[in-house]
Amino acid sequence: MSRILPYPLLSAALTLTWLVLNAPPTPGNVLLALLVGLTVPAVMGALQPRPVRVRAPATIVRLLGIVLYDMVRSNLDVARVILGLRRGERRTGFVTVPLDLREPYGLTVLAIILTATPGTLWVQYDSDTRCLLMHVLDYTEGSDWERRVKDRYERPLMEIFS
Amino acid sequence: MNEGALPAWAAWLVVLLAVSGAGFSLTGAFGLIRLKTFYERVHAPTLGATLGTALILCGSMLLLSLLEGRLVLRDALIGIFLTVTTPVTLLLLARTAAHRDRYEGNPGAPPEV
Repeated sequence: MSRILPYPLLSAALTLTWLVLNAPPTPGNVLLALLVGLTVPAVMGALQPRPVRVRAPATIVRLLGIVLYDMVRSNLDVARVILGLRRGERRTGFVTVPLDLREPYGLTVLAIILTATPGTLWVQYDSDTRCLLMHVLDYTEGSDWERRVKDRYERPLMEIFS
Repeated sequence: MNEGALPAWAAWLVVLLAVSGAGFSLTGAFGLIRLKTFYERVHAPTLGATLGTALILCGSMLLLSLLEGRLVLRDALIGIFLTVTTPVTLLLLARTAAHRDRYEGNPGAPPEV
């Protein structure tokens, strides 16, 4: 397993990408896709990437749903702010979130999530203090951003990358 | 592309998706002018990189799938790669701004972590 498929997730992703790019699949395309999926990860070995361990597939699906919902909602919120449709005073500023998540891949996914939801911006993460500094466009509505990041994203990520 | 191959409802749906996606991107670009500070401005273009792109790509995939008569998922790859790479640019920009503001002691500089 480990000799032929050192990075099974990467192999699967490459094969799928190749097939999606060269749809509809013909026997020749499938053969080429498998070849790419088998050879490219062998080259990756030279870079010695950290092994990824992903578990809890149900949590992945749930997290994906949460992120998609938050993305649409925050897009509408930010559009409202920009177009001046949001009434009342708006407060904007920095929020510090102490994180328990330490897994580099988990932090990477968290950075992608926070970027994919407009209205939150990942500014800095310090691995010594394990604190994340982020900028929030609109934190007037009394929503506790620290809780939101920890409950909605960090906990599922810790389950997935444990 | 032969005309008339696309039913009217599908054409309307594709137009709706493309125009609303473009609308979100335009709003994001507009935000660059409207918002005042750097950290606020960085939020604006994300509109185009997330929902704007997603809607336009959905329209594109729907159009191609109907025209070619099979499921075309190629465009989803654009969405995936864009989502994965956008944070790199934004993080670089934010870190640079934060470093500069702290170094120069500007008002509105982010607190130390």
